[in-house]
Amino acid sequence: MNKQLIKIMIVAVALLALAVIVPRSGSFVVLLATRAMAFAILAMSLDILLGFTGLASLGQAAYFGVGAYLCAVLATKFHFGLGWDFWIVVVLGILIGMALASIFGLFAIRATGVYFLMITLALGQCVWGLAYRWNSLTGGDNGINMSGRPNFGLDLSNEVTFFYLVFAFFTVSLLLLYLLVRSPFGKSLSGIRERELRMQILGYNTWLHKYVAFIIAGGFGGLAGVLWAQTNGHVSPETVVLTTSVDALLMVVLGGAGTLIGGAIGAAIVFGLREYLSTLVPWWQYVLGGVYVLTILYLPTGLIGIPERIRQARGGTSKKTSGSGEAKKLASVPS
Amino acid sequence: MGTQFWIVQAFNGVSYGALLFLVGSGLSLIFGVMRIVNLSHGSYFLLGGYVALSVINSTGSWALSLPVAALAIAAIGIAMERLFLRSEGFEILRNAVIALGLAVLVALALKSWKPNIVGTGLEFAVAVAIAAAILYFALSRISIVPIEMDVLRQVLLTVGFAFLFQQAALDIWGGNNMDINPPHGLTQSIVVGGLYLPLYRVFMIGMAVVIGIALWLAMEKTRMGAAVRATVDDAQMARGVGIDTNRISMFIFALGAFLAALGGVIGGAFLGIYPGLDFEMLPLAFAVVIIGGMGSLGGAAIGALAVGLADNFGKALFPEVSYFTLYAPMVLILAIKPTGLFGRE
Repeated sequence: MNKQLIKIMIVAVALLALAVIVPRSGSFVVLLATRAMAFAILAMSLDILLGFTGLASLGQAAYFGVGAYLCAVLATKFHFGLGWDFWIVVVLGILIGMALASIFGLFAIRATGVYFLMITLALGQCVWGLAYRWNSLTGGDNGINMSGRPNFGLDLSNEVTFFYLVFAFFTVSLLLLYLLVRSPFGKSLSGIRERELRMQILGYNTWLHKYVAFIIAGGFGGLAGVLWAQTNGHVSPETVVLTTSVDALLMVVLGGAGTLIGGAIGAAIVFGLREYLSTLVPWWQYVLGGVYVLTILYLPTGLIGIPERIRQARGGTSKKTSGSGEAKKLASVPS
Repeated sequence: MGTQFWIVQAFNGVSYGALLFLVGSGLSLIFGVMRIVNLSHGSYFLLGGYVALSVINSTGSWALSLPVAALAIAAIGIAMERLFLRSEGFEILRNAVIALGLAVLVALALKSWKPNIVGTGLEFAVAVAIAAAILYFALSRISIVPIEMDVLRQVLLTVGFAFLFQQAALDIWGGNNMDINPPHGLTQSIVVGGLYLPLYRVFMIGMAVVIGIALWLAMEKTRMGAAVRATVDDAQMARGVGIDTNRISMFIFALGAFLAALGGVIGGAFLGIYPGLDFEMLPLAFAVVIIGGMGSLGGAAIGALAVGLADNFGKALFPEVSYFTLYAPMVLILAIKPTGLFGRE
């Protein structure tokens, strides 16, 4: 319990430091941090599925995409959401993410393992296909350019103001998701991840639990999408493409699945690579690919798991056995 | 929209399906035998096209480019499978490859930060050598974590390779859209019943049929094929009766990469070869595999036809929802019969 408190303190201090340091570090860092935090909400929503329920979704970008497109379409076609009604758009974004997930969940939840991966991939591709081809609504390949951010007393076109808004959303999301996973409902999700059959025998309706988790993740995905659209000012099929879903997965695994904050750390690192390193060197994608490969080969428990791995390696057990022990532990986590 | 429209669209759909069969059948076999979801399969397609371009540019022979590209990519596939997709064996080589790759990155970073220290080619080589030696020493002290049983980590690992291949292709062949020009004889049209059919598309269908029959014969009539089918059905049992599943998975992975690269060379003539093609083909290949059922050759053929036709008619009849009409059936099939139309559990 005490250990948990220390972890919470560390996260709180880190968040506080972020809120103080980032706005003083130049506009590029502010922009980067804003984007990374919007995406981190998506990564954390995926962690609810992957890390806590054991469902590896390859289509989380779908909810992100509908949120983003909703925001962009409302703003450009109906001039809605440019003032105080931005808050309505936020609510609508969450609702549309949840609605889509409640439809998709009906198809996907029954599947397990690799079939769950495949069906979420197909569902994500359905949304991508519509975004890419439905020219009259989505602008097709070109996407939608949004003109400026909302202004409701607070002028969000100011990058620092907007950073604080996204920061607030991020913090609240983290808090809500943390409360969720600590709740009895969250505990039963972990139970499903560890062994679904046992939970069924204990009388839990595991389908319903997974379905609800799927919808909650969809809602946070939609929220992340709305924020992303405002951050970027531009929404295109790139937002819903397969690689976005895969990126979100990598962020969670890189940071550490089943830790929530791991997804945020992963998002910061991947965005740092994608957006910052790409301005420095043309070969940045080697680094990104390398991070993927090395994370998978050497860091099954993610960056957060490094101290634990070092402790294990020093704990006298030989390298071989600790390796296979880790694998066994992990094999029961995802898929 | 007369009969002519339907016939032409159907013909185009079938010929596109022929191309998709080449990509999808390999992916399907890889999944069936190894239970590996290979997200770098689209990269094999793209790299196959690029290698063929280089062969054509240097020798001028299109016919030569087909086997060379396919074999080269099959070699890459084998290396990937042996070194990274299974944890046993080749530890020294794997560590060496990773150390060398990382060392090149370190040297590249040094080169762009401190050009006065690492500027010339010789200095670069020395930097790579030193970094590689240090990294190799470090890596040999850490063990990798086996990924055989973990679908998610296989997916991310193969995506990582897809990104590496993408960047490598960009560095080697540039970012322009390039075309593979087939020999003159294949670029003409034949007239059948008043319809002009491009000979190249006829060739594609013929190629897919020949390869399909060859694969079918190999799977049904040879000892190796029987072993492969046994592995698809139950890998553990196959091992139990003395089938070398380790060798079979290497063979199948090479075959899958070979077929995808062949598809890249053949498809490059009418799709073009450009960065991003890899991740465009990948979901289509998965649609083929899923509709047909993972691990089934006949299923891959039916799936490829279905996807080819759905893609063509969708684009012609209702362009705004054309991809939706392609992937929505995939969802339905997965939801109703997860093993695909022809897959066996």
